[in-house]
Amino acid sequence: MIQEIRNEMELSFDAISDNEAFARVAVAAFVSHLNPTLEELSDIKTAVSEAVTNAIIHGYENYYGYARPDGKRLPEEVIHPGKVRICCLLEKDLLHISISDQGVGMTDVEQAMEPLFTTKPELERSGMGFAFMEAFMDDLEVESRPGQGTTVRMTKKMGVGDWIDSEE
Amino acid sequence: MEQISTEDFQVIDNCLMIRLPEEVDHHRAGFICENADRLLVRDDVCNVVFDFENTRFMDSSGIGIIMGRYRKIACFGGKVYAIHADRQIQRILMVSGLNKIVEVLV
Repeated sequence: MIQEIRNEMELSFDAISDNEAFARVAVAAFVSHLNPTLEELSDIKTAVSEAVTNAIIHGYENYYGYARPDGKRLPEEVIHPGKVRICCLLEKDLLHISISDQGVGMTDVEQAMEPLFTTKPELERSGMGFAFMEAFMDDLEVESRPGQGTTVRMTKKMGVGDWIDSEE
Repeated sequence: MEQISTEDFQVIDNCLMIRLPEEVDHHRAGFICENADRLLVRDDVCNVVFDFENTRFMDSSGIGIIMGRYRKIACFGGKVYAIHADRQIQRILMVSGLNKIVEVLV
């Protein structure tokens, strides 16, 4: 049963790789009262993780995500300051997620969205970020201006998981 | 959350076994690539096995890790295997098309 609800939340956090896990878990927790399926939760977490990682690596150019057992950072790991902002809006069974940064932005959004395209091959990036967001969410919009930042808007209809399971 | 350590990288016969952490993302990717590559240069290593037994989450950073290791060993005839991948991880491997170059053993 899906109730008629409207629920909104906003999050703002430092653009460091330590917060990638926090961001996706926070969004997953926000929708948890809808009793999402494991698959839906996994889809949302993956899409949020992709967008937040993009904001951190590309938006603010904090390339290194080194979770070392000793917690130390290498000298070349410069941390550029900046915040990543997540806004979530639940309207009935529709989840809208907007993830924005005020980083470097992109000149060619279409090219950035091509599968396997990456500007950072040396970082072992797969170039699959936008492809994953598109695959796991129902709708994806990207708005970017060089020097001003990027906003990714995604929408997913919740509560269709049971139906997909029964179809399978 | 369980931390990944150098003990999670082991060479058994001619395989580099990598026990992946609970969550594979950009935050943890650097450490995994660094340690894997340190062992990949050894002469006796031809294949890489990614063990997903403890892994509940992976994003495209994980795909980058696997693709990168594949490139390094494929030219010497090495193979990449994924073991103990649950349904969600298998989906990620499918969507990325990585299941065509990685042998997924369930």
